[in-house]
Amino acid sequence: MNTQLFSGKINANAYFKDVFFKHSWETISESIYSKNSEDVLAALAKENTLTLEDFKALISPAAAPFLELMAQKSAAITRKRFGNTIQMYVPLYLSNECQNICTYCGFSFTNKIPRITLSDEQIIEEAKIIKKMGFDHVLLVTGEANQTVGTPYLKHSIQLLKPYFSNISIEVQPLEQSEYEDLRREGLHAVLVYQETYNEEHYKIHHPKGKKSNFEYRLNTPDRLAAAGIHKIGLGVLIGLEDWRTDSFFTALHLSYLEKKYWKTKYSISFPRLRPFSGGLEPKVIMNDRELLQLICAYRIYNEQVELSLSTRESAKFRDNVVKLGITAISAGSKTNPGGYTNAEENLKQFEISDERSAPEIAVLLKQLNLEPVWKDWDNGISGIG
Amino acid sequence: MDKLQIADKLFNSRLFLGTGKFGSSLLMKDAILSSASELVTVALKRVDLKSNEDDLIKHIQLPNVHLLPNTSGTRTAKEAIFVAQLAREALGTNWIKLEIHPDPKYLMPDPIETIKAAEELVKLGFVVLPYIHADPVLCKRLEEVGVQSVMPLGAPIGTNKGLASREFLKIIIEQSNVPVIVDAGIGCPSQAAEAMEMGADAVLVNTAIATANNPVEMAFAFKLAVEAGRRAFLAGLPNIQKNAAATSPLTAFLEN
Repeated sequence: MNTQLFSGKINANAYFKDVFFKHSWETISESIYSKNSEDVLAALAKENTLTLEDFKALISPAAAPFLELMAQKSAAITRKRFGNTIQMYVPLYLSNECQNICTYCGFSFTNKIPRITLSDEQIIEEAKIIKKMGFDHVLLVTGEANQTVGTPYLKHSIQLLKPYFSNISIEVQPLEQSEYEDLRREGLHAVLVYQETYNEEHYKIHHPKGKKSNFEYRLNTPDRLAAAGIHKIGLGVLIGLEDWRTDSFFTALHLSYLEKKYWKTKYSISFPRLRPFSGGLEPKVIMNDRELLQLICAYRIYNEQVELSLSTRESAKFRDNVVKLGITAISAGSKTNPGGYTNAEENLKQFEISDERSAPEIAVLLKQLNLEPVWKDWDNGISGIG
Repeated sequence: MDKLQIADKLFNSRLFLGTGKFGSSLLMKDAILSSASELVTVALKRVDLKSNEDDLIKHIQLPNVHLLPNTSGTRTAKEAIFVAQLAREALGTNWIKLEIHPDPKYLMPDPIETIKAAEELVKLGFVVLPYIHADPVLCKRLEEVGVQSVMPLGAPIGTNKGLASREFLKIIIEQSNVPVIVDAGIGCPSQAAEAMEMGADAVLVNTAIATANNPVEMAFAFKLAVEAGRRAFLAGLPNIQKNAAATSPLTAFLEN
């Protein structure tokens, strides 16, 4: 299996599927679990760019005893590259309508909950509250319901929110390249689209119905995004669905492919761990805190420039400690239900958050850690040019 | 020490500072003061143009410190021109550090987009200071377009690798009719001194100061190094000899 691929050349007409389907889940998995401490130490000793084989070693069980060393290296690289700063963002849930069945999600089609899509007035209300919390970077989230929250709705929402926020990102259903181009011209900066799992067989079990059940369409979404000139693309898997090490390898493979082919695009990675929601799926694989830290450090040591984002899914204690060790962006004070900032109602959430502290509280904490919270690092006027 | 002139401004200090990566705005301010720098660059994307009390700007507004907005984050000439115009309108300065690095990995400046943008911005009345690769021909082309200085890199931004582009910097310094500011890659005071000894007109430093354990002390160390390097350059450095040159074995016969 050639995982040195990216020292080679990528065909201009290739899509990620062309690379992906050359790899077998089982072979990759076996290869990760067969790494030994010598492989780990060799990866940690490297001065030059690490290979995907090095990344495998860093996420393998063999790396567990070297976590302190990894954390030190990851912290130093992050500090040099990103300085003593942390980017601040907040999610804004626009809708929980969804025609997909996803076994792990609170918005799943078969979940009997009231469905809400925010009106113009409600969106503005939410925006005003979020602004007061201090945020200037907002992440718009919806389910997949093309009749109500398709591209026209998203475009309109961006138009509504542009006067309030300098940086607008979305985490919604995969779209066509022309739709992404359309949204970019309105001021869209980044798009997050997680593969959930790169295990094709099990992907189909977790997504039995709806457009999301098309594994390959989702797999090629970052290609369409980059071709549409979107400035930043967020990758990730939902940790807990399948073996996180193998899934993370494929995430890193995806990242490396994209970086080499679409050299002008920025990338970020998130590592959401499956959180409970009412009537939800229990994680198949539990990833503990040590393992999540190992993964964060592995990504950083493997790739100096990728942005690493941590949400309020994680506990206050964990966040307070790892924020210095490789993370570059965090959310705070998040609500995961549409209208959540305006109404204190606790139902309709996509998942339960863990760190419930407010944005100002987090800002104070960051300052105590000698980190500067960065609230603004973009101007949405730039997105629409070209 | 001799003053540096760029466009219509005179500078006592030949050390310019970047404002990214500091652990707090207060620390940044103290580092600027300690460096005695009079030209400080700030990414326009970081500035809250809707607010009159932007935290970053507030801490840079110091006596004798000029603000140099930059176009960091842009990938094309069009984007950079847009940002330059925003900056002129919001910050009331027609100075712009032109930074177009479409490659987020090594942050390498795009020469083609840079020259396009520089030409347009000069026409629009900007004082343009372009961040570029250490490419002597590009420097001459930019000079022809009318930029007020060139800012070739020593090494990739943030790498602290020093003057990796040394041989090309020497050619640029030799040929340039506008001030040469070595930007990016300078990781320690000795490297800044080296650039000044080579005859660079100024250096711009950010990462090495902002991420030092003590940024204020490090800023002061850079101040001293830049002054030392400039003084050494002005004093005239002796040529470096490969061997000790006490005798003249090949020409001694002429003495007889």
